[in-house]
Amino acid sequence: MRLFTIYTVDGVVNGMVYAAVALALVMIWRATRIVNYAQGAMAMFTTYIALVVIQHGVWYWFAFVIALAAGLVLGALTERVLVRPVESRPPLNAVILSLGVLILLEAVAPMLFGGQTQSFPAPFSRIDITTGSTQLYVSPFDLFSVGAVLVAMVLLFLVFQRTTLGLRMRAAAFNPEISRILGIRVGRMLTLGWGLAALLGALAGVLAAPAIFLYSNNMDEVLVFGFTGAIIGGLDSPIGAVIGALGVGLVLSYVSGYIGSDLAPLGGLVMLIAVLMVRPQGLFTFGRQRQV
Amino acid sequence: MRSLLRRSTLLRHGLFFLALAAILGALTWFVFDPFTEYNVAGVAIYAISAAGLTVLTGLNGQVSLGHGALMMIGAYTTSVLLQWHPDLPLILMLFASIATTGVAGAIIGIAGARLRGPYLAGATLSLAVALPQVPTHFASLFGGNQGISVPTPVPPDALAAVTPQQWFTWICLAAAVITFFLLANLVRSATGRRLQMVRDNEVAARLAGVDVARTQVLAFVISAICAGLAGSLFAYWITLTSPTGFTLTLSLSLLTVVVIGGLGSLTGAVLGSFIIVYLPVWTGGFASSANLPSNVANNVPLAIYGIVLIAAILVFPRGIAGGVASISRAVATTFRSRRQTSTLPASPAPPAQ
Repeated sequence: MRLFTIYTVDGVVNGMVYAAVALALVMIWRATRIVNYAQGAMAMFTTYIALVVIQHGVWYWFAFVIALAAGLVLGALTERVLVRPVESRPPLNAVILSLGVLILLEAVAPMLFGGQTQSFPAPFSRIDITTGSTQLYVSPFDLFSVGAVLVAMVLLFLVFQRTTLGLRMRAAAFNPEISRILGIRVGRMLTLGWGLAALLGALAGVLAAPAIFLYSNNMDEVLVFGFTGAIIGGLDSPIGAVIGALGVGLVLSYVSGYIGSDLAPLGGLVMLIAVLMVRPQGLFTFGRQRQV
Repeated sequence: MRSLLRRSTLLRHGLFFLALAAILGALTWFVFDPFTEYNVAGVAIYAISAAGLTVLTGLNGQVSLGHGALMMIGAYTTSVLLQWHPDLPLILMLFASIATTGVAGAIIGIAGARLRGPYLAGATLSLAVALPQVPTHFASLFGGNQGISVPTPVPPDALAAVTPQQWFTWICLAAAVITFFLLANLVRSATGRRLQMVRDNEVAARLAGVDVARTQVLAFVISAICAGLAGSLFAYWITLTSPTGFTLTLSLSLLTVVVIGGLGSLTGAVLGSFIIVYLPVWTGGFASSANLPSNVANNVPLAIYGIVLIAAILVFPRGIAGGVASISRAVATTFRSRRQTSTLPASPAPPAQ
């Protein structure tokens, strides 16, 4: 029972980081029908930027904000410069383009920041809290991670649901033609959407780095697990992405705890296949099915 | 003779690939130095795997981000069998790897037949990440992280003058020529047309009586078989089969090969493989002459792949083969119109991928 609690807490904490990546993927998918495979590499890159800032003796929280801002800029730039020309082309173009960005970023990062694996600081202790005689199996940094992702999600939800800007962004994603007629700058909305998604990814990068360390492809697995979560939930559903990512986090944690950490990704694969066998469009997609 | 050649694809391809095999065999024997032989074997191996991916992604439209994992299944089949019985002949290993990978491809294909677009890509991506960690867990069977060393194949006694390196290069080239001969015929066959029909319009294919799911599984099995064959040869080529040889980077490199060369083009698969093998050689030479630090030099090829992928999509969406084809078509058109003998209507440009 004690082990089960530990694995569950671990699963939820990791799952929240995957959820941030999953949500970023879903935001971009809903806006442009593109899966951004470079999401993880972008997060790696912005985390490196934060590390450089911290190594210059700057306060952690300042570096934290810089990482998020860098994510926003990187995401917006990627959309405006690279993705815009392929948005109207067959989907495979965008897939390959984002894989190209992924490979390029993972090659440039070691050139700029050095090839060796580096440790990344956490703003809070990573040792489990003990109150009196009871151990809580959760560290202050874990709580911060979960809290930060939750706050980011709530803020994004409010932006999308309660502001005019959010309404414009949703309209631009939902029907670009009509939105354009109504005077919405659709291109600008898509750029902003990519920027916000990459910001969320950058948050995941900073939160994951203390545990997985920082190297050029440290986010590959996080991206794959986040993507797995997003697919399990259904790429069109933000809620589904979060639930799917939490599920992936839990499954990975249980497999890794009870069977062996090397088999955790296999557990994720089995979960993915099992869900997709039953619901090929993910758990939370209730749209029209393809039909002849 | 000419009309016979035009009518019979099998005969035309047969003669072409026999000539190709003779030329490549002679080059290996008379011209290539050991370093070139090693690289040519690598090109052949990548080309076999890329050709399979060309059929799957280019012809059938299913994106696989996990082809490195399929190569891994082939490589481990060979390595584990050789670990038990080091004397087993190479040809048997190739067929054993083809068999296991074919079965794996069928399983993945059946699981993936209902999946479209990002859902299939996600499943194969997940495979590419999950599979390389399996040997670490079952270390007693798969040699763990250290991997399994693979003996170099020796030429038969009758060919005592042939070095093992030349012998292996011949084997790789022969495997590649046979694979490309079979695939070139497949592309022109009824099955090949069905693969493309499913890619272009699933609904129309279904209305025309094509079993879409079955066609997709078939495409997966064909491409898995190629990956298995390539994986088996890959094990002999790098002489050590370990999980680090089959990371996500390998899967992405294979997709790069297919895209650089030109999606859906078998010639493109060869051109792309040539680049992927020789680019690190060239940049390595450049980096050492320019005295670049190792963290820069090691990543130059990777950076170039990334740039080339992006440029390929933004500038040359049809890859090298497509670019060459359109240039030669333009040249041919000018030539023909100058001679004023053009009787055929200009062939419509194929749709951009």
